[in-house]
Amino acid sequence: MKPHRQKFGMIAALGALALTLAACGSDDPTGDATTDPTTDAEQGTSTESLSGDLVGAGASSQESAMAAWVAGFQAANPDVTISYDPVGSGGGRTQFTEGATDFGGTDAALDEDEWALAETRCEPGTAAELPLYISPIAVAFNLPGVDSLNMSAETIAKIFNGEITSWDAPEIADANPDVELPALAITPVNRSDESGTTKNFTEYLAAAAAGAWPHEASGDWPVSGTQSAQGTSGVIQTTQSAEGAITYADASKVGALGTVAVKVGEEYVPYSPEAAAAVVDASPLAEGRAETSLVRELERDTTASGVYPIVLVSYTMACTQYADAETGALVKAFLTYMASEEGQQAAADAAGSAPISADMRAAVMEIVDAIA
Amino acid sequence: MSGQRLQAEAEPELAPAPLSVRGGGHDRAGRVFRWLATGSGVLILAVLAAVAGFLLLEAWPALSASREDLAAISWIPDDGSLLGYVGPLVFGTVLAAILALLLAVPVAIGIALFISHYAPRRLADVLGYLVDLLAAIPSVVYGLWGGLWLAPKLQGVWGWLSDNLGFIPLFEGPAATPPRVMMTVGVVLAVMILPIVTAVSREVFLQTPRLHEEAALALGATRWEMVRMAVLPFGRSGVISASMLGLGRALGETMAVLMILSPGLTYSWALLMAGRHQTIAANIALQFPEANPLGVSALIATGLALFVITLLVNMAARWVVSRRAAFSGAN
Repeated sequence: MKPHRQKFGMIAALGALALTLAACGSDDPTGDATTDPTTDAEQGTSTESLSGDLVGAGASSQESAMAAWVAGFQAANPDVTISYDPVGSGGGRTQFTEGATDFGGTDAALDEDEWALAETRCEPGTAAELPLYISPIAVAFNLPGVDSLNMSAETIAKIFNGEITSWDAPEIADANPDVELPALAITPVNRSDESGTTKNFTEYLAAAAAGAWPHEASGDWPVSGTQSAQGTSGVIQTTQSAEGAITYADASKVGALGTVAVKVGEEYVPYSPEAAAAVVDASPLAEGRAETSLVRELERDTTASGVYPIVLVSYTMACTQYADAETGALVKAFLTYMASEEGQQAAADAAGSAPISADMRAAVMEIVDAIA
Repeated sequence: MSGQRLQAEAEPELAPAPLSVRGGGHDRAGRVFRWLATGSGVLILAVLAAVAGFLLLEAWPALSASREDLAAISWIPDDGSLLGYVGPLVFGTVLAAILALLLAVPVAIGIALFISHYAPRRLADVLGYLVDLLAAIPSVVYGLWGGLWLAPKLQGVWGWLSDNLGFIPLFEGPAATPPRVMMTVGVVLAVMILPIVTAVSREVFLQTPRLHEEAALALGATRWEMVRMAVLPFGRSGVISASMLGLGRALGETMAVLMILSPGLTYSWALLMAGRHQTIAANIALQFPEANPLGVSALIATGLALFVITLLVNMAARWVVSRRAAFSGAN
């Protein structure tokens, strides 16, 4: 069912490549192919190029981005093999805390018990959670001839809760005076499997739609008797197959479907990578977590200008210290690449994710630099 | 199937004879074969026991978990009742399988009779080959075909059914758009089990004693009367066996259901409405990737339920076949 662990063949690199294992704060971790190894001598570190295997597993949301990261990193470090098994967030957390993987991906932050397990696994260091993948979730619909609609959180909540049932309902019509809306039934389509996308979407509805969304945030869709499908491709395909259908999905996968501009404060904000990254920056760190955990308490009901509040933040789990120094060096170099501008852009190109901001990068690198 | 069993029963009586003729140590090949055969037989039992043991062992944490713990799993009902979770799944599974059987068996019997008694020899060969070919299509392909191609075509039919026959609870409307409903699943499952039911039925019909058929014809029966009087009674238990094989496949079918159905956990009879039904196998495939350890255990508990249902169905089929054995081709 799930694609098998992806292994990218090593790509032969031209020219010598040297990478300092302990170089700090480099924004260009993949190194410059022409770097002269001797320039690193003053730091007293080894100048061997990286080699070895890294094993990761976790959130399937990160799959395409991870593929781009792995390809980019391996192209620069041909002796390194990195695999990432998109088993899902739950499996990723379990495998990481059990020590079966070197790093992991998860859409949900580790809970207290899992964090305790992760700390034990990472002894004598501790665990880290880094928000390296920010993905905007689009509310997408199938109405021929309509590319964009304005909606408030209340309207979206009522549509998905089955209270607004027709496209020409006054709530939608009033917000879109320039669009001719058909008297067509609305078919809300949701994920049938438990998913991080659903969790983030319902979190947004619960926080921003005030009383209009009577359910709690949950990875499992709370309304019954609905149209639903498995996975992002499933809901997109189902929405495409029926006029009047509306769904929520990873913004990079919506294809030709129309999308909703969400009301934030007094304006309607269409999704964009910048607007999505902005909400993460505007949100405070979650309270009561370790310093190495950069989990954000997303402000879904923000009224800040130009912010798109429906995002999924997927975290990368790693240890601050590895039993095997070589693994530590590899993880450090790989995470440095993932957080770099180049790495974030590679993910944006491949997966449509929103590159993290410079401030976020600084915070992440502070933790990554300490990995040993 | 029945024929094989009879042979197996007959073997112990026949086997000693050649052994005693040849005398003790010489028939080494015979003894090796006998041990291999016995070993294979035991292996089947061992595998069955291992599967049952695995299911029980892995399902135990969920079976013995408190309601609070179970309720913490997002897709289990808030009251945390495992039975309340498994119930609708069992209902959906059986409903899908029976629906598929009702749609497939009459058609399968028709095709089998056509191949065995109506079609010219050459056409029959080609048709038989084609039917076997249908059986070789992987279920995920059926799922894609059913979901992407067939479902949109059925939209109009389901709409007509709910508009005109909506007073029957089965066709209660409005029919869902897109038609990701149990009725569509039933049609696709029917296509999937059609080959196996047809192939077995065809073999059984071909076994009808020539004398029976010719006697019927000699008494002045038309071809249809001959089929009704000689072929169908003779093949009845074989057709039932074939149906049970099909039912087994329909019960366990995963990918096609997963890809076609908008799932829901209710005891609804409304076959044309979305989000009402789900089958056990599809549900396991759907929820497994993101499930925590207790969730996996709960899913395995539903698998245990499926295992029990399948055993019951097979036992019922055996019973039906043995009850009718005296009048049919099974002996």
